Amino acid sequence: MSTRRSLAEPAAEWVEWWDATRQRRLLLQRCRACGRLQHYPRSLCLACGSDDLDWAEASGFGSVYSYTTVHRSPSTVPAVPYVVALVRLAEGPVLLTNIVGCDPAELRCDLLVVLEWEETADGRNLPLFRPVPGHAAPD
Amino acid sequence: MHRDAFAAIAGVAESDLGVTPLSPLQLNAQAVKRALDDAGLPLSAVDGIATTGLSRFSATLLAEYLGVRPTWTDSTMAGGSSFDLFVARAARAIRLGLCEVAVVAYGSNQRSARARRLGGVVETGVPSTEFEIPYAPLRPISLYAMAAQRHMHEFGTTPEQLAEVAVAAREWALLNPAAFSHDAGPLTIDEVLASPFVSSPLHRLDCCLQTDGGGAVVLTSLERARDLRRPPVLVLGDGEASTQMGAMEIPDLTWTGASVSGPRALREAGVSAADIDVVEVYDSFTITVLLTLEGLGLCARGESGSFVEDGRTRPGGAFPLNTTGGGLSYGHPGMFGIFLVIEAVRQLRGEAGERQVPGAELALCHGTGGELSTHATVVLGVDR
Repeated sequence: MSTRRSLAEPAAEWVEWWDATRQRRLLLQRCRACGRLQHYPRSLCLACGSDDLDWAEASGFGSVYSYTTVHRSPSTVPAVPYVVALVRLAEGPVLLTNIVGCDPAELRCDLLVVLEWEETADGRNLPLFRPVPGHAAPD
Repeated sequence: MHRDAFAAIAGVAESDLGVTPLSPLQLNAQAVKRALDDAGLPLSAVDGIATTGLSRFSATLLAEYLGVRPTWTDSTMAGGSSFDLFVARAARAIRLGLCEVAVVAYGSNQRSARARRLGGVVETGVPSTEFEIPYAPLRPISLYAMAAQRHMHEFGTTPEQLAEVAVAAREWALLNPAAFSHDAGPLTIDEVLASPFVSSPLHRLDCCLQTDGGGAVVLTSLERARDLRRPPVLVLGDGEASTQMGAMEIPDLTWTGASVSGPRALREAGVSAADIDVVEVYDSFTITVLLTLEGLGLCARGESGSFVEDGRTRPGGAFPLNTTGGGLSYGHPGMFGIFLVIEAVRQLRGEAGERQVPGAELALCHGTGGELSTHATVVLGVDR
């Protein structure tokens, strides 16, 4: 059994975003008119409505907005228990992701996390996050 | 609005519940027939149909199955809130003369068909498939679990307070012979907390049942309803809110669209939250109830945990809530919204037996669909 995740073929609209993950680049969509960053990518800016959009690369730092440990799941990769989280990137946009590299019991909301890539079955990479060592969540 | 101009609910019914061999169409048809019988109206009187989840053309399909050619239909998919939204829209369609007798219906055999998937429905070409599914969230459980986690973090809400929602639901179900868990005996907070985690901090007993079942609601003008078999129940006000589809698009997990739909419904009805005698809100998960109570203004922001913890929402408590036993202990056939309205109508007619809230004159129903995505509030009242 493969230990890598198999992803569905990306829709044409999102191929460019996924292709960047082959170079381990986490892209955020940037509005050239107002500068707003957004994720997921779409055909207009949610702040000003402009369709003049390009890309910025995320720093890879963020914080855990919230999280849940999944204990029962049809998923084999990842295998239970695994952590699903909403990570707010330092740049603002929020990603749904997994937190890896820590005991789930140590997780807290607002914990600082950093990007970590996981290679998938077709050579794309999936952005995951792990806690930043030595940076506990503010109480 | 002059009172005679309101639309009214003239009949309600459940289909067979729990575990049934019937198909979704059969459950819809059974519920429609029973609700029309409740009202004392023939099928031939129906000229408006609303349902969803049956097919791409849900209301049209049900109309065909029933041999009805409606002049008003609604097949909007808004998850569990669809049926509360349909009741409101049907009332409006009747007031506008688009139809004279509308039926809102639902039926699902999800339990017997083993149709429910922990990972949820996967569609192609939608953002969730691209950006969420790779991380294997349980949908919708994990989103509600993250809302619960954030609520605990911000407000100090405890697992015990969440569990109280399930315990109170069971207390009501013990009084309701139609409830799936009617004979299951009382539930304790410790039992909820001892049940296995599904998606932390939500345990199995923080999650609704999975049953078969269906229901229907018949609406017509108040003038016509007054000549029918049952006391009319007026649709006094409603509000809708659609906030987002997926988890990444929620800026604040402790705020919901109930804060939009609820005040609109109350304002239209000309009443305040404190005037409501009986409240029926969506309880897909225990956290759904806490978020909704806050959103509707029935308790203060962040205080829903302590609001429920003294047994206030149990039978005999000061705040009767989810008096069937709810999705947690009465039944949950995939979408629950129609049952909120059916129970509110029975409470306002004084037909709720052991679980009757004495003298109930005003009821509020609130449906929540998807991943805190869609919200619909309806305020109902007796004819006086």
